Amino acid sequence: MGYLDGFLVTFKKWAGTRTDTGRRVTTQYPEEVRPKPERFHGRHVLNRYEDGMEKCIGCELCAGVCPARCIYVRGRDNDPADPTSPGERYGFVYEINYLRCIHCDLCVEACPTEAITETKLFEFAFTNRADAIYTKDELLVGDDGRPQQLPWENWDGGFDPAADTSGWMRATAPAGSAEFEGIVAWAGELGYGVRSPELGQHAPDPSDHDDGHGHDDHDAHGGHH
Amino acid sequence: MDPLLSGGIGLSEILIVLLKVVVAFAGLMVGVMAMVWFERKLVADMQNRIGPNRAGPFGILQTLADGIKLFFKEDLQPERSDPFVFKLAPYLALVPAFLVFTVIPIAGNFSDGQDGVVTLFGHETLMQVADPQMGILFVLAMSSVAVYGVMLAGWSSGSKYPLLGSVRASAQMVSYEAALGLSVATVLLFAGTLSTNGIVASQAGWRWNIWMTLLVPFVVFVIAATAELNRPPFDLVEAEQELVGGFHTEYSSIRFALFFLAEFMNTVTMSAVIVTLFLGGPSGPIPSGAPGWVQDFLLPLIYFFAKLLVFLFVFVWFRATLPRFRYDQLMDLGWKFLIPLALGWFLILTAIKVARDQGWNPVVAGAVAALAVVVGGLLLRSSIRAAEDKDFDAVDPADLDGAGA
Ligand code: SF4
Ligand code: SF4
Repeated sequence: MGYLDGFLVTFKKWAGTRTDTGRRVTTQYPEEVRPKPERFHGRHVLNRYEDGMEKCIGCELCAGVCPARCIYVRGRDNDPADPTSPGERYGFVYEINYLRCIHCDLCVEACPTEAITETKLFEFAFTNRADAIYTKDELLVGDDGRPQQLPWENWDGGFDPAADTSGWMRATAPAGSAEFEGIVAWAGELGYGVRSPELGQHAPDPSDHDDGHGHDDHDAHGGHH
Repeated sequence: MDPLLSGGIGLSEILIVLLKVVVAFAGLMVGVMAMVWFERKLVADMQNRIGPNRAGPFGILQTLADGIKLFFKEDLQPERSDPFVFKLAPYLALVPAFLVFTVIPIAGNFSDGQDGVVTLFGHETLMQVADPQMGILFVLAMSSVAVYGVMLAGWSSGSKYPLLGSVRASAQMVSYEAALGLSVATVLLFAGTLSTNGIVASQAGWRWNIWMTLLVPFVVFVIAATAELNRPPFDLVEAEQELVGGFHTEYSSIRFALFFLAEFMNTVTMSAVIVTLFLGGPSGPIPSGAPGWVQDFLLPLIYFFAKLLVFLFVFVWFRATLPRFRYDQLMDLGWKFLIPLALGWFLILTAIKVARDQGWNPVVAGAVAALAVVVGGLLLRSSIRAAEDKDFDAVDPADLDGAGA
């Protein structure tokens, strides 16, 4: 009946809320939680190497690339006697303002050392501006390699390293080079070691080692291979 | 006239009137809150959602929670607004919405030629706050005053989107008021009185106007009422996608709450008006053996609210089903379809009525009137076609040059 068909549709939905035509699609968060997507972008962490050294070298590339201008980094030379990071310098101030961050993950892509990555934690509603600015102390992973739970964060039932750490590192190669596609090419992490490859990726094969980059730095920390 | 006021007016009469006012106000407020909840739940059901379900059982306290929240919000007033009118407008929207309800009979026994008089505290009275002789005109007048609320709100905000919203509102509400009035006229033809109590009494014994006037005025009235209420699909006045919030864009806090309240109160009162005009108000089958309070209060109230609920459902159903009209479609529907239809129907029914009164053959009179209306309709149609065919855009560039030289 032309115009009136629509009324039948909505009526059926209403009358059949217990049947398939009217089945409700709402997920009752927080009682029900949907599985997070593979590449979900949540709050950041600053990672550390397996020996506890910080990965950040204070290069400020992340701050430079950030479209929302929400990262503030200051680098400083390492104390040779007691280095914080394996390189020359380390980030001694690192702040992300979550009132501005758009979770674009560009900082993660820019970082040369995989120091900054995004977890899938998203329940971090803060109630004042000071809490919104995450400092380095808050972003840095703990001694067990897990993000620190801040007082205002809700992790709904804990932190699952497999489900909640960034998927980005396992999706692309450092520097986004096509040569690395599908090859596990990330550094080990405190508490986890080198993360296992995802489906469709394979662990590095020592025979195709010559990547033509000519900087085979086989030191303990910086190696991508 | 309310029999309560026909004798001398003493303290007890005044107290009864006051009681009626308070009860009506409180009842309407609670009704509006229930309506907001009902609408949100129903729309949610129709859209496969759940709707409010956190505040209280089934989310029934959601409206209350929203109201309290709005109370504590900052009350903003744009710098360029007209302060007095800006503050006045919400009340201009709210007060008429309530006043309309005062003339709606909500209970009373109308069966077997009774006129709905009940006995309250030993006094005879009607179950409505007031029964002015020009009852239904009062309804129309109040719905026109409500236009001012919307229009002045947009105008006084000193902001462009509200202004556009209020321009739309004034055009839309004035246009549809014509169709509304014409379909009411058909009802008055049958009732022979303007008093709402009289209209309900005239429909006793299942002589409901919805079929006495052969359905068309009812359909026209419901459509025009939806437009008067600015409810979807006629919510161009608010049109979020185009006008932010329409006329109430600049309103916040309690003033916004007043508009919100007025909107839903209007929905409830308009449904009540439809029930009164076309569905016989609180009348319905009443067993004669029942005790007085069942005859006068319980059953009529149940009938009234059952009918009311049907229309509240229908209004929400409209909202869930129909997409918003475009502005020209809105005007086309109003002026080229509803008004001619209501007018033509009115003329035909008038002819039949006059023929009955004069003792002529009503069938012949009706046929003649129908013929005249059809001829008139065809003339209207051809003139509309002719106007549409004229290509107003085709401007000869030579003319422009000539004008410029
Ligand atoms: S995710 Fe994007 S917006 Fe957020 S800090 Fe990184 S670069 Fe900036
Ligand atoms: S997080 Fe990465 S990109 Fe940012 S300063 Fe540290 S090393 Fe550089």
